[in-house]
Amino acid sequence: MFHIFCPYCQEYREEEEFHPSGQAHLVRPADPASVSDEEWGDYLFFRDNPRGIHHEMWVHRLGCRKFFNITRDTATYEILETYRMGEQPSITAANAEVRREQGVQTADGGWQTVGAQPENSRLNEETPS
Amino acid sequence: MSEARSEASVGNAATFDTHPGADAGVTPESPLQWSRVQGRVTEEGGAAEQIRVVERPFLGHLVLRGGAITLDEAVRAELGVSLPGKPLGLVLDAEGSRSVQWVSPDEWLVIVPAGEEFELENRLRARLGDAHFAIVNVGGGQTLLELSGEKARELLMKSVTYDVHEHGLPVGKAVGTVFAKTSVVLRRPSEERFELVVRRSFADYCVRWLRDAGREYGLRVESASP
Repeated sequence: MFHIFCPYCQEYREEEEFHPSGQAHLVRPADPASVSDEEWGDYLFFRDNPRGIHHEMWVHRLGCRKFFNITRDTATYEILETYRMGEQPSITAANAEVRREQGVQTADGGWQTVGAQPENSRLNEETPS
Repeated sequence: MSEARSEASVGNAATFDTHPGADAGVTPESPLQWSRVQGRVTEEGGAAEQIRVVERPFLGHLVLRGGAITLDEAVRAELGVSLPGKPLGLVLDAEGSRSVQWVSPDEWLVIVPAGEEFELENRLRARLGDAHFAIVNVGGGQTLLELSGEKARELLMKSVTYDVHEHGLPVGKAVGTVFAKTSVVLRRPSEERFELVVRRSFADYCVRWLRDAGREYGLRVESASP
């Protein structure tokens, strides 16, 4: 069960109150009439499925009913940060090592998940498979 | 109640009074009408139990949407209370019968005594003028249940995922959360009571859940008016 920090309610809530809404930061082509079928198809149907850091859109459907973004590690299920719509993530796949050094923090400076707390950090370390 | 009183048009929005009055020939039924027919609700008063659930039907529920600063000015002028300054805030007037609640960053729920919401909506619309806002009367879609008694918190602990302890839900806080597999707005207007704003169509279900969950403590469900 995730314990998710809602950036609008400014507190942690149970996953039950939320619903995932797919990949975040999709940009609709500015002029749909002029893009090729392939580009339009990519925009409409094709989504990233990374192993590792993924930016997702979630909605706090039973709370404030606002959409916001979550940066999540699909391999460990760690939630690395939550941020409002329109904001950019501070943790991306390109700077993923940042979190290893700095720990896993949310926008409010707190620890996001139980698994991400310092005493449990061993659980988050990748094991050779 | 005359036509002129029950319908109005302020700006380009048509509003109407959802309380048609006794002479309109319509008998209002509370969302717990079915529960009452089934004998799950009793009249107010009676033996003291450890938990009391009191329905407050027909209150005026208005949802205000728009910019916080614009709405704050209007609400302060018309209602005498300011919008809650922080997320999840709940502000009551001196009497305790009118409240403004934070629902989301651009949305507030105003609950006023029955019959006041039509006048209030018109006054707010007149005051807000051309500002970018929306006011929706949602009184027909939801109802309010008051929960009090020494075991009320324990009953809620069994029913909601939210932390209802003093540090999680202090007085003056209101949250939307999960209640018995449905949604609820959980409010803490004062030390001794909780308020649940539930969907009208789920009111009977919620009462049945509360009766079941409260059986071990002793629970009465009462209705303030038929």
